Amino acid sequence: MAAEVLSTSSLVAVENPARPRRAFRLTNLLPRIGFAIYLLALMLPIYWLINMSLRSNEEITSSLAFWPHHPSLQKYFFIFNDPTWVHAFMVSLTYVAINTVISVTVALPAAYAFNRYHFIGDKYLFFWLLSNLMAPAAVYAMPFFNLYYAIGLFDTIWAVALAHCLFNVPVAVWILEGFVAGVPREIDEMAAIDGYSFPRFFIRIFIPLIANGVGVTAFFCFMFSWVEQLLATTLTATDALPFAAVMTRSYSVAGMDWSLLAAAGVLTMIPGALVIWFVRNHIAKGFALGRV
Amino acid sequence: MEKPLNNRAWLMVAPVLVLVLFSALLPMMTVVNYSVQDSLGQNQFFWNGDAWFRDLLNPSTEIGARFSDALLRNLSFSLVTLALEVPLGIAIALCLPRGGWAVGPLLVIIALPMLIPWNVIGTMWQIFSRADIGLFGAALTGLGLHYNVTQNAISAWCTIVVIDVWHWTPLIILLTYAGLRAIPDAYYQAARIDAASRWATFINIELPKLQKVLVIAILLRFMQTFMIYTEPFVVTGGGPGSATTFLSIDLVKIALGQVDLGPAAAMSLVYNLITLTICWIFFTIMTQLDRRRYA
Repeated sequence: MAAEVLSTSSLVAVENPARPRRAFRLTNLLPRIGFAIYLLALMLPIYWLINMSLRSNEEITSSLAFWPHHPSLQKYFFIFNDPTWVHAFMVSLTYVAINTVISVTVALPAAYAFNRYHFIGDKYLFFWLLSNLMAPAAVYAMPFFNLYYAIGLFDTIWAVALAHCLFNVPVAVWILEGFVAGVPREIDEMAAIDGYSFPRFFIRIFIPLIANGVGVTAFFCFMFSWVEQLLATTLTATDALPFAAVMTRSYSVAGMDWSLLAAAGVLTMIPGALVIWFVRNHIAKGFALGRV
Repeated sequence: MEKPLNNRAWLMVAPVLVLVLFSALLPMMTVVNYSVQDSLGQNQFFWNGDAWFRDLLNPSTEIGARFSDALLRNLSFSLVTLALEVPLGIAIALCLPRGGWAVGPLLVIIALPMLIPWNVIGTMWQIFSRADIGLFGAALTGLGLHYNVTQNAISAWCTIVVIDVWHWTPLIILLTYAGLRAIPDAYYQAARIDAASRWATFINIELPKLQKVLVIAILLRFMQTFMIYTEPFVVTGGGPGSATTFLSIDLVKIALGQVDLGPAAAMSLVYNLITLTICWIFFTIMTQLDRRRYA
């Protein structure tokens, strides 16, 4: 059963022998054209940003061009050589990493408990957890500021890492619970018969079984923490300012340095594009929260 | 199979509980505290009862009118984006190949917009929609449309909708695609034997099987549009006038801009209560679907 679950989740090509190639018809072509147009529309804004990052400000403001006439990586070098930007980039990556580790670690046993046992108040607790996922960040901006200021964590990476647990812990529990459900209960019983203690079983047998799920969950925690900016900017001032906030801040101060702004924007896409590549075969299942 | 009753499972949930209590309940109590007090400045607070709530829920007061306007604006925005994103997402998911080397790269490309920090999305579209340096703005102006995000309310509103569709249709596509992949081939074979049309296959086989992922998709999308903040904040700042002042933007304006803590706290609670209610309805539907599936 576990193998079955895994095979439906993988996106390996399975040729369908029962489906013969249909004759060339206009009705078969239309979806392809529509799909191509969609992909084009999806890529255009991103391409435009890359295009602008490679052009100088004079070139940007003087003419509208589909490709840079004198492409230069000057703005990227500028960012790499400026300690403020580099520091902010490391800050962003650090709090995202801390948050991901915390969220996945606490969520693993909880997801197991929710899936395997009945306990008093389990349904209410699960709903309460999910409800935090739906709480508007704007509601929490002010109280979080007070809270983290009071405990002396304001403007540290820990403040942001902990604040993002608000939605990442419920996300992690939710996704992992779906993956735990895919592991048959007989495996738990077999391990108990074989004399495994529970912690040993959990770490040595169970976690490797849902390794895909752990990977996907970590990816989602990474993603949600990386893209969230309202709380991240509210809880930081200078030392732990995230990269994207430095970016917004810089254009209000220095006028409109379009090309620098575009280059910084392009850089924020790179970590996401890298991590998504590793989970590409499981991402669809992950977005369905392990529930397909 | 029935789950065994085991209250020691609470121990396994305890770390999550502590963490979420710290990051959700504690701050929430501050909000509750503010919502029933008024301040004369200098950190002096006195009891104000339910006055803030009565003002907020009464559309004839200034704050009440503001709240109900923002609520209506936000609801219409959520419904319009859902109406655009769900059909588009399903259609694109149906166009994706079911297998082959192209699937991985295609999924990565489609998911890319979701991995961009939200204020970068805002900046990206701020540039993209400008008539002088952005392709989108220039193209629309070139077509002779009166398009100006910072001055024209309709332009601003439509731009936020376009941004949201661009940003989040990928979520619907991926969810639907995952759901489609889980349909066994036997169903399609049966449809072929019955000589069912493509449309009949979609209505009778695919759509019912997609029910569950679509409920998740609609829930997530509704909540996200209902909480939208960063993109309109960067692109339009809530304007022109208050055309794109959605609930979160209004709340932050009151709380951090005007430092009207009482009304802001009351608004937070009502706002949160609305999202909770909607979330609960969806959750009930979801558990019902679960039960029907395992029954």
